[in-house]
Amino acid sequence: MTEVSVETVSVQNPRTTWEGCSVLLDINDGDRLVFARLSASSTVKIGNKKCSLQPLIGCPFGSLFQVESGSKGPYLCRVTAPAEGDLPEKGDCLFKDESKDNRSLVDDNTAQSLSGEDIEAMRSQGATGDQIVEALIANSSTFEKKTLFSQEKYRIKKQKKYAPRVLVRRPFARSICEAYFKKHPAKIGCLRVDTLSLLLSMANVCAYSDVLVVDMIGGILTGAVAERLGGAGYVCNTYFGGVPYPMDITRMFNFNNEISIRIVQTSLSELSSAQYKNSDQGTENGGKEVTNLWRENGFSSLIMAAPELDTWSAVQELLPLLSYSAPFAIYHQYLQPLATCMHNLQVGKLAIGLQISEPWLREYQVLPSRTHPSMQMNAFGGYILSGTRIFSGEILHQTS
Amino acid sequence: MLPIDPSKKITFQRWISEGDLVIVYEKHDHMKAIKVCCGSVLQNRFGVFEHTDWIGKPFGSKVLSNKGGFVYLLAPTPELWTLVLSHRTQILYIADISFVISFLEIVPGCLVLESGTGSGSLTTSLARAVAPSGHVYTFDFHEQRAASAREDFEKTGLSNLITVGVRDIQGEGFPENFCGLVDSVFLDLPQPWLAIPSAGKLLKQDGVLCSFSPCIEQVQRSCESLRTNFTDIRTFEVLLRSYEIHEGKMECSADDESGSLGSSPCKKRQCSSGRRNGKEKWDARTVMARPCSEAKGHTGYLTFARLKCL
Repeated sequence: MTEVSVETVSVQNPRTTWEGCSVLLDINDGDRLVFARLSASSTVKIGNKKCSLQPLIGCPFGSLFQVESGSKGPYLCRVTAPAEGDLPEKGDCLFKDESKDNRSLVDDNTAQSLSGEDIEAMRSQGATGDQIVEALIANSSTFEKKTLFSQEKYRIKKQKKYAPRVLVRRPFARSICEAYFKKHPAKIGCLRVDTLSLLLSMANVCAYSDVLVVDMIGGILTGAVAERLGGAGYVCNTYFGGVPYPMDITRMFNFNNEISIRIVQTSLSELSSAQYKNSDQGTENGGKEVTNLWRENGFSSLIMAAPELDTWSAVQELLPLLSYSAPFAIYHQYLQPLATCMHNLQVGKLAIGLQISEPWLREYQVLPSRTHPSMQMNAFGGYILSGTRIFSGEILHQTS
Repeated sequence: MLPIDPSKKITFQRWISEGDLVIVYEKHDHMKAIKVCCGSVLQNRFGVFEHTDWIGKPFGSKVLSNKGGFVYLLAPTPELWTLVLSHRTQILYIADISFVISFLEIVPGCLVLESGTGSGSLTTSLARAVAPSGHVYTFDFHEQRAASAREDFEKTGLSNLITVGVRDIQGEGFPENFCGLVDSVFLDLPQPWLAIPSAGKLLKQDGVLCSFSPCIEQVQRSCESLRTNFTDIRTFEVLLRSYEIHEGKMECSADDESGSLGSSPCKKRQCSSGRRNGKEKWDARTVMARPCSEAKGHTGYLTFARLKCL
């Protein structure tokens, strides 16, 4: 165990940003999430300040920046010690303060003696955000009367306002899905990150697999599958009718060419047409050979997120394209289409191991003596119908 | 189990052959993993099944016993393996597993550390995620358990992707030769806070750690320990609710007039209509769904954190 070589090959998703790369900016510890592309001229607006993203180019993902005001206006400055380290050690003193409470706190707007003008003046004299926060605390007549817990809350609140922080995140299926779910859930069919994770597992997505995908939720599904393939195997993004479904979200992933060419958009009619048909149309990535291979071998699994299609009729067309024993996972926001589809698959003896599941996800606040579930939670992450295609005995080849 | 070897990949041209691992499916909650071996038999409540009969059939086939009973033969996947593996410890199931893989941001090529190995349920999914060029190093302090896990990974064809080590990670930490090379770490230990400093030394900057603990007190202590070197500390609980479906036959009745107006019979799937006392009567067939009564109420808390960037 001691003398093993532990070098692995990870060409995917480098850990340092570069000019032109896509990043996810986490502003003030998850309060706001912004997608951005790094260039010398790109900016981000934080509060009422516009900051250049230039300083972010070439920094490791996970770097933390703070908004500071300089002579040429606000700018992003790399900081190393996040909030937790700055706070005074609590521990034993937690319970000494139990006698403090809020009975003498009156909300009459007189507690803070620094005015807005004072703060502006400090700023123009070059005070940092942290210095302003300290000044606010020093000039608050009620700060000392607060419990340690509410002192901490006060500090965090002021820090967010006067010294906002930006964390540079690596865009991954997980972070992209979380960001969309928070900002524009409708654009990804309200697909929650735990549900997306389940779809990928249930469909056994792995390098060298050929995954058939019906992605009518902006490309998040296609991107997530391509990420797991890592440049081996294919994700076939198929569409009903003549127009491919948009998959703009795949551009957020920073896929290199090796991974991008593994995403192939192909119409369903082309996939299901007779085996040796000469089609001049070809697919978007010129993958006619690969289309033939899929017809010959069948897909290794299917994931479908198609709120606008009738689930059962779509499944009837898609299932024959899967190799036998291939798993499938179908996402829907509503239960009924999946229930009907499951029933028909059972009656038609087309699949086994059928299950409808609904994931439930709860986040917790974990703090000394203050651990509890988050006050707000998302109550619904959608439904998944999963199962395995079986060999029905009669069909030997996909020729009909 | 994984399609990395093209000759083993499940396709329309792939038939069950000698030495294949198959999942024998009786019911969704009754499955068994079996290595196909000419001359062997499988005996269960449906009768005696000859392995020889299975050879040359596609995966996903229905096969018959001497008494006419049947089972299905499925190609193994990490999800099926989780349902059939022998439990040497409490194991992780699909909801936690899939969430862990996503949040640890594991992609092909990643280097992942795990402790303990336990029964290897999560390890199998970790291996799928890092394949073909990455590697999973998993550690358990229990010698026999590690040996059984090794045998299992041999059986499932994952031994090239997984190295099982016998080591007390809480006591000794992870081996130092991984220093700064590790993409993700997973801890399922009774006192994870003892292993967190070591994990922090080995992870790449911004690398992700996950600790799975059934008790909130463990989470509390882990989070306190994480706060020194890690950031973005988040704790979740994830559960699955399953639904059962039922095709109900429901008697409907309506007056002549209202029948033509309101609930239109054409909506119903199959209607066997009849007339009685001037009222129309029919049986409507509808597929209905409801949550299953029994469910897991708790598995464990998942705490994730990223190593601070310096």
